Amino acid sequence: MKYQSQKVAYAYFVCAMALFGIQVLGGLLAGWIYVSPNFLSELLPFNIIRMIHTNALIVWLLLGFFGAAYFLVPEESERELYSVKLAYLQLTILMVGTLGAVGSYLVGIHGGREFLEQPLWVKFGILVAALIFLFNISMTVLAGKKTAITNVLLMGLWLLWIFAFINPENLSLDKMYWWFVVHLWVEATWELVMAAILAFLLLKLTGVDREVVEKWLYVIVATALFSGILGTGHHFYWIGLPGYWQWIGSIFSTFEVVPFFLMMSFAFVMVWKGKRNHPNKAALLWSLGSSTVAFFGAGVWGFLHTLHGVNFYSHGTQITAAHGHLSFYGAYVALNLAIFSYAMPLLRERQPYNQVLNMVSFWLMTGGMAFMTFVLTFAGTIQTHMQRVVGDYYMDVQDSLSIFYMMRFGAGIAVVVGAILFIYSQLVIRKREIIEPGPNVTVAGE
Amino acid sequence: MAEFLTKSRARNVFYGGSIFFVVVFIALTVNSHKYVVQTSTAGMPLSEEVVLGKRVWERHSCINCHTLHGEGAYFAPEVGNVMTRWGVQDDPEGAFEILQGWMDAQPSRIEGRRQMPQFNLTDDEVRGLAEFLRWADQTDTQGWPPNDAG
Repeated sequence: MKYQSQKVAYAYFVCAMALFGIQVLGGLLAGWIYVSPNFLSELLPFNIIRMIHTNALIVWLLLGFFGAAYFLVPEESERELYSVKLAYLQLTILMVGTLGAVGSYLVGIHGGREFLEQPLWVKFGILVAALIFLFNISMTVLAGKKTAITNVLLMGLWLLWIFAFINPENLSLDKMYWWFVVHLWVEATWELVMAAILAFLLLKLTGVDREVVEKWLYVIVATALFSGILGTGHHFYWIGLPGYWQWIGSIFSTFEVVPFFLMMSFAFVMVWKGKRNHPNKAALLWSLGSSTVAFFGAGVWGFLHTLHGVNFYSHGTQITAAHGHLSFYGAYVALNLAIFSYAMPLLRERQPYNQVLNMVSFWLMTGGMAFMTFVLTFAGTIQTHMQRVVGDYYMDVQDSLSIFYMMRFGAGIAVVVGAILFIYSQLVIRKREIIEPGPNVTVAGE
Repeated sequence: MAEFLTKSRARNVFYGGSIFFVVVFIALTVNSHKYVVQTSTAGMPLSEEVVLGKRVWERHSCINCHTLHGEGAYFAPEVGNVMTRWGVQDDPEGAFEILQGWMDAQPSRIEGRRQMPQFNLTDDEVRGLAEFLRWADQTDTQGWPPNDAG
């Protein structure tokens, strides 16, 4: 840690990990209700649990991104943050808003649209927090050194959240503008944030020349936006929009595989070219793992059902659920855990610690998520055939999928155990290391 | 990577190309907005009842179990075509009655079956919801879903 103000990232990461715990426990509960549907049905219905599962996920990923930005921007700009107080104020607003939202969901106050169920005051809180963040980071970057990493990071934080306040009475318009938040975040601007953080990690972990890393970064984010902006069309097939979206969506979302393939190649090529033997092996594992799983989850599983001829049958089945789980895990969860693994030892000013436990948690979580994705894909394939091709009724089809839901619950247990091990490995430092950290061999050029 | 692609060229391609795609996207959005209002959803007026129904649908977060036009959670049946499935798409009174009967019967408490909560809706709210679902059903969704099963 070169700058004192980077320390704010520590508070962000700890809060993010707390919400990560809530998110996976909510997921486990929802998975159990698929197996045993009467469980808690009158006390805590499925829709409430799912809201907590998805909302906790979104907020902790955002907290992780904010924390990562506060960590890496001072190092990139070579100066302290504009204001540490504002950064803590922003975190307080977000945590009060999130806990307030969870509380109000539990007493039955929620409303609105999928993922945007937060009460209005929480939505305003998020807006204010985002504005504080943009101001704080911009002031830091403008006063300091501007690098490709900070440029791309800033572009990734466009205020698409504004569309969360727009809810037309016409359902089809409502859906169209809803995707401006959901798709353009997840499949466009968040990819910029992901690429910027990944580039920073690879720069530090491999010691490859900055010029090379930054050129890759621009190429990756160019392909992300060129495909991702018009790729929004793959959500516009069946919600009342013009037919031309079927072709635009199919063609451009096919290219959405490209940035994920490039990010995976980028990570492996940099590690291969890099001569630095960085002692933080766990951060390196998460960085490579994130880009690889993102390629499969977002790239391959996305392409699987993105062509409109396929999507006509598979839309809104368990295929979508399979893709959603693996893509979020690979692209955003694993990347956040990579930057946590990298930054936590530095923030606590010590050598990397608990690396074996951390890497065990990587394989448990990644294995669990992969298994979950496979069983949901099988379930979705059967569902698509029985319901969409044969025409059997939804509930009858669901009854014949119960074996897959049991296996999904098992996979969920592995993920939750992995998540708990990860959080433990970050927060509790062992007295004695199982393996010695490798030597820190630095090379010139960085 | 090839020599002709310098960092500053890569950066210019990124900024220039992104602006181009944003402009195209905005133009298509404007066109789509008009199409929705004038064509695909124009078959039935956006009445006060439909709007009330949409608020009821949102207030109870129905989307976190059901799907509507294929979007939402995947825990409960598709409702974008439920009025067609029930055979009451062209019968407002029938739609109200069948939905009222359905809502009153929840939760079923049948062991091993997914449960829908009791929302204690007023008659006006149920009527609004029925009209909202009929309105959604009449939307031109390019032929989706493939059959009545949804």
